[in-house]
Amino acid sequence: MAHEVVLLDFWPSMFGMRVRVALAEKGIKYEYKEEDLRNKSPLLLKMNPIHKKIPVLIHNGKPVCESLIIVQYIDEVWNDKSPLLPSDPDQRAHARFWADFIEQKVYDTAKKIWATKGEEQEAAKKEFIETFKILEEELGEKPFFGGETFGFVDIALITFYSWFYTYETFGNFSIEAECPKIIAWAKRCMQKESVANSLPDQKKIYDFTVWMKKYFGMD
Amino acid sequence: MAEEVLVFGAWGSPFSRRVEMALKLKGIEYKFIEEDLTNKSPSLLKYNPVHKKIPVLVHNGKPVAESLVILEYIDETWKDHPILPKDPYERANARFWAKFIDEKCLSAIFKACWGACWGEEKEHEKAEIEHEKAVKEVSELLQFLENELKEKRYFGGETVGLLDIAANTIGYWLGVFEEASGVELLTREKFPKLCNWANEFVCVTAIKENLPPRDKLIAYFRNRFGAGNASK
Repeated sequence: MAHEVVLLDFWPSMFGMRVRVALAEKGIKYEYKEEDLRNKSPLLLKMNPIHKKIPVLIHNGKPVCESLIIVQYIDEVWNDKSPLLPSDPDQRAHARFWADFIEQKVYDTAKKIWATKGEEQEAAKKEFIETFKILEEELGEKPFFGGETFGFVDIALITFYSWFYTYETFGNFSIEAECPKIIAWAKRCMQKESVANSLPDQKKIYDFTVWMKKYFGMD
Repeated sequence: MAEEVLVFGAWGSPFSRRVEMALKLKGIEYKFIEEDLTNKSPSLLKYNPVHKKIPVLVHNGKPVAESLVILEYIDETWKDHPILPKDPYERANARFWAKFIDEKCLSAIFKACWGACWGEEKEHEKAEIEHEKAVKEVSELLQFLENELKEKRYFGGETVGLLDIAANTIGYWLGVFEEASGVELLTREKFPKLCNWANEFVCVTAIKENLPPRDKLIAYFRNRFGAGNASK
């Protein structure tokens, strides 16, 4: 079956990166369209009228929105190679639970680390470390959250790694000192081409954040 | 092997009722354990140490938490009466709207019903403006759902599906919040399809048997959140 795949994305978005990783894992050819979030394209507004957000995957003209929903969709359509979710219902539920945990706990707290100062920033740092310690415990001695192979939960979390330098610099702390196993896991993931090619350089993200703070008067 | 299915829940929670609705639809026997959320049991804390919340499904000793995760687990484990469609695009669509309901609708509805009443007394005019904004937001969100329903009997099509179950907050609890707070949100003039759907939804046996008593629920919310945001 002919597949026409388009991804509406924004290069620093850790949510967009998840979709890039999933597409790369499956070896899917697609057209990447960069969105200017200050000036959203008519296509984006038409394809995601509810949230008006990226990422949006457009498959044969039909849009799929919300990064983890897109990743599951990719896994179900291109089911002939590199499964991203396990086949056992119990393990699938486990993977979905932890992906949901990451969705609930990481983004807002992490944002506060670079976007706020003083007490609010300190509280966010504390919460961030607590969250990653829980994730570290869940990882245990496994090479990946999925076990022996890279999977859904790894995809949900690894994209935040590109923002680690930003969090550490603004927050003045070392994630490796607090959660060494997470860093070891992240470096393991980065050895995969699908991940390394999908994540921007950490310094580039930092420069972008510095620019963004100035532009939006957040300094 | 004898199957053991436990559900840790709370009588008034739409989230734990979702789990029971799905199990009932599939004809699965289970044991329900009512949790006192002010005094959580050691079992609940053992089965959901991360969030310490209900609902939790325990299947042959293995726990599953988060209502939407549990619904997918139920559908994958017990194949009769499927609640998710087979087509990946339709599945993505159902997941998208379930997430929309949980992330956007509930908090907006709460704000519209009880927003200004939380915390200290606010200036009447400011509270009015906030209230109007919240009601407008709920209206926009409900319009999206109205449009998504189209001419279907249920969100799932001919039969109740995952999205209908996830929308139990709209189908039943919303009416309860409206009556408890005196704020009108789901009106027949604006949302005829959604109202029809809600009426159909609460008549389905597996759903009807799992709705907490309306009066008890209204009393609970009035007691907990006050008389509500209705224009005085």
